Amino acid sequence: MFDITLRVNGVLRQASVPGRRLLSDCLRHDLGLTGTHVGCEHGVCGCCTVLLDGEPVRSCLTFAVTVDGREITTVEGLAGPGGELSPVQRAFAECHGLQCGFCTPGFLCTATALLRDNPSPSEEDVLEGLSGNLCRCTGYQNIVKAVHRAAELIAEESR
Amino acid sequence: MKPPPFDYHAPRDLGEALAALAEAGPDGKVLAGGQSLIPLLNMRLAAPARLIDINRVAGLDTLSAGPEGVRAGALARHARVERSAEAAAVQPLLRRALRLVAHPVIRNRGTVVGSLVHADPAAELPAVLALLGGSVRLAAAGGAERDVPAAEFFTGPMESAVRPGELAVSAFFPALPPGSGVSFRELARRHGDYALAGVAVLVTPAAARVACIGVGPVPIVVDVTEQAAAGDWAAAAQAVRERVEPEEDIHASADYRRHLAGVLAGQALRDAAREAETTGVRHHA
Repeated sequence: MFDITLRVNGVLRQASVPGRRLLSDCLRHDLGLTGTHVGCEHGVCGCCTVLLDGEPVRSCLTFAVTVDGREITTVEGLAGPGGELSPVQRAFAECHGLQCGFCTPGFLCTATALLRDNPSPSEEDVLEGLSGNLCRCTGYQNIVKAVHRAAELIAEESR
Repeated sequence: MKPPPFDYHAPRDLGEALAALAEAGPDGKVLAGGQSLIPLLNMRLAAPARLIDINRVAGLDTLSAGPEGVRAGALARHARVERSAEAAAVQPLLRRALRLVAHPVIRNRGTVVGSLVHADPAAELPAVLALLGGSVRLAAAGGAERDVPAAEFFTGPMESAVRPGELAVSAFFPALPPGSGVSFRELARRHGDYALAGVAVLVTPAAARVACIGVGPVPIVVDVTEQAAAGDWAAAAQAVRERVEPEEDIHASADYRRHLAGVLAGQALRDAAREAETTGVRHHA
């Protein structure tokens, strides 16, 4: 077993894990953060996407022990300190960018990083940015709309 | 869908990593980006007894571009190489190929060298290395580093010239010569999927080559210098169709893959020849 420390959503968390513990399982089972969803567990669906030092990665294709000492942001960490939803979260709600919600944590993390790096993405940029996340309910149209809407919200709020 | 148990090592420097690999011998497996290895572990298609995680090894997260070409260290992630303006200026094919590798989120973790060592015959980067005549630098405990040319590096499907105890420390992609053009074209059912077939193409003032993916056990490099000099793209496509060795699977028949390789080669050769003309004009101006 390996003793690891992660800064998760700004809080230092410790866990004792075997080498083979996936980051997704460490977050869910060791740290109790079940917002990160596990879909396919081989890197295809994108549900388990979290931010590693700000960059979106598949937590099911990362060992927890590999990222010892690093900073992780999960869907639980996207809202503000008082629990107010982030612009990306509000846009998803407003545009009906989710139905069952299973894929949503991955889309939210991916879109949050996408808009940070590219505050006014083109249609192409959004499609490319979201191409690694699967949704079986929405047909994607409203998710794409939500990302553009989130870009507007972020721009309005930074004025 | 959980990885089988393994002994885990996280060396801090190259010497420690090579010592761990030497001790592990054939039981050892290197973990870099993990975007190919961890799915194999999760699906229990691989079960190495020892995993040597090089993510903490100092000095491997390097990327340099010079007049000779681009050298990527073992921890240079796809995304970093893709975004590097210096690398794109020296060898534009790298960025074009990387944009076809899986999805952006996968490219944040996956490494260029890892993709070469994984040696998937349908992957883009092995074809780029083979087309350009690049090389992979291997290190082992107590021995000198050796550079293996691309033509000898890919030995079979998912098999490379890396021996037990060796670590691929970097890969070298030669620069684009003046007056040359490159292109990468592939066809996949969905963007980001493994391609049914694909081609990387290089046209220089002296030569024209095509490297094909998904249609053989290793990237298949076809010299079409003669056909290109005559501007006979149909003959070049025919030469590619004759050389590839596609197999049938649930996604496509062997015949379709062969047809596709020819069509894509014709298109990509035209792209690259056009680019060679325009860059040639620029160089002369």
